[in-house]
Amino acid sequence: MEPGLNDLNEPHSMGTTIIGVTYNGGVVLGADSRTSTGMYVANRASDKISQLTDNVYVCRSGSAADSQVLSDYVRYFLHQHTIQLGQPATVKVAANLVRLISYNNKNMLQTGLIVGGWDKYEGGKIYGIPLGGTIVEQPFAIGGSGSSYLYGFFDQAWKEGMTKEEAEQLVVKAVSLAIARDGASGGVVRTVTINSEGVTRNFYPGDTLPLWHEELPAQNSLLDILSAPSPEPMST
Amino acid sequence: MSFSKMPLVEANQTPDASSLSLDSERTLYPYVTGTSVVAFKYRDGILMAADMGGSYGSTLRYKTVERIKPIGKHSLLGASGEISDFQEILRYLDELILYDNMWDDGNSLGPKEVHNYLTRVMYNRRNKFNPLWNSLVLGGVKNGQKYLGMVSMIGVNFEDNHVATGFGNHLARPILRDEWNEDLSFEDGVKLLEKCMRVLLYRDRSAVNKLQIAKITEEGATLFPPYSLKTFWGFEAYKNPTVGAEGSW
Repeated sequence: MEPGLNDLNEPHSMGTTIIGVTYNGGVVLGADSRTSTGMYVANRASDKISQLTDNVYVCRSGSAADSQVLSDYVRYFLHQHTIQLGQPATVKVAANLVRLISYNNKNMLQTGLIVGGWDKYEGGKIYGIPLGGTIVEQPFAIGGSGSSYLYGFFDQAWKEGMTKEEAEQLVVKAVSLAIARDGASGGVVRTVTINSEGVTRNFYPGDTLPLWHEELPAQNSLLDILSAPSPEPMST
Repeated sequence: MSFSKMPLVEANQTPDASSLSLDSERTLYPYVTGTSVVAFKYRDGILMAADMGGSYGSTLRYKTVERIKPIGKHSLLGASGEISDFQEILRYLDELILYDNMWDDGNSLGPKEVHNYLTRVMYNRRNKFNPLWNSLVLGGVKNGQKYLGMVSMIGVNFEDNHVATGFGNHLARPILRDEWNEDLSFEDGVKLLEKCMRVLLYRDRSAVNKLQIAKITEEGATLFPPYSLKTFWGFEAYKNPTVGAEGSW
């Protein structure tokens, strides 16, 4: 572990946790909300899940600028494509557009993305597009610096054919676990659920998330604890 | 694995003991680190707070690290930076206090003396290019006199009515400059400390939501039990940040 000097040579660690999960009927995308410049939290409530079309969204990680401009381009092209096609774009087309831009600009871009959505041909789909522009279709995908802490968790907790509620709970739990251990992830958990009925956005503020190892329930102030009555003496 | 410790031999130079790096080890960078400490004088003494996090790079590895310790009868020491170096400093101070007690002369080391000792230790290590990688906050009360000082890893030291280390300097001290006054009660002091620590929790990447508050008065030192702060996320802008600007964050 050699921080300091090695930082200049290591790939720029993506300060984020992003997740995409399929279930029987659609997909659930999730992300934390912390954007940092160095050690300072520039935005503690960012929205890392951006809309590409009515039925396809993308989770962004890595350089905020690169991921934003990439998703802007893809949104622009997909809009034209939808008009020309006469019907909603498929998730596969959206993901491939993202890949095309990522791949052809691999020397300049530093962003890892997870594209997820629902279309009438293939149902719910998740595509992971890491640095370099590889495209991988997966039943679930994790990305960002916080994802390091989730590989073991998903190996154990993931299962095929979950319900919408199970999938959402899994995503919230996973992002919350990553936030507990990754300094570059934090804030609130945002989820976007996409299925045949449409899109639902959810917001889980920090104080609604479960507590993990060595975390304590939140208090208003030390003064409340000190003025709380002492426990009654025991009687045998 | 650690190329920093291999012999550095110039061409055309016969290696001798020092270039074969048989000289003493030197700290080049910290491994397990603590973040900010915030402290200020109040009516009865000194109030100090620090979170209980020990980060390992960007991983929040340890969440119950005590970074504030009482020293002797009259002082509190808070540290940020490398935890192993802090633990070593505590050993030095243990010995210092022990020898002081062994004199059995009714006198005891006060905060000014401990601060001076720490300054000398930190500065002398810095001169040997082998610093103790810490920023220390030393506060205490003796004979009614309140004292609060700071020492950095290069030996810079000063005293003031309110001090902070690391991010605390940028985020907490502006709040203290506005809201601190000489005659804060314990309750107001705690609320002010919590205000500072909450901002640090929002805006410092290495902050952890478990903090320890300590006070020192003429009567002695008290370390309060660890607890977590409530955080607020209920702004409308936070719930829907990209309304009207799709694709932004």
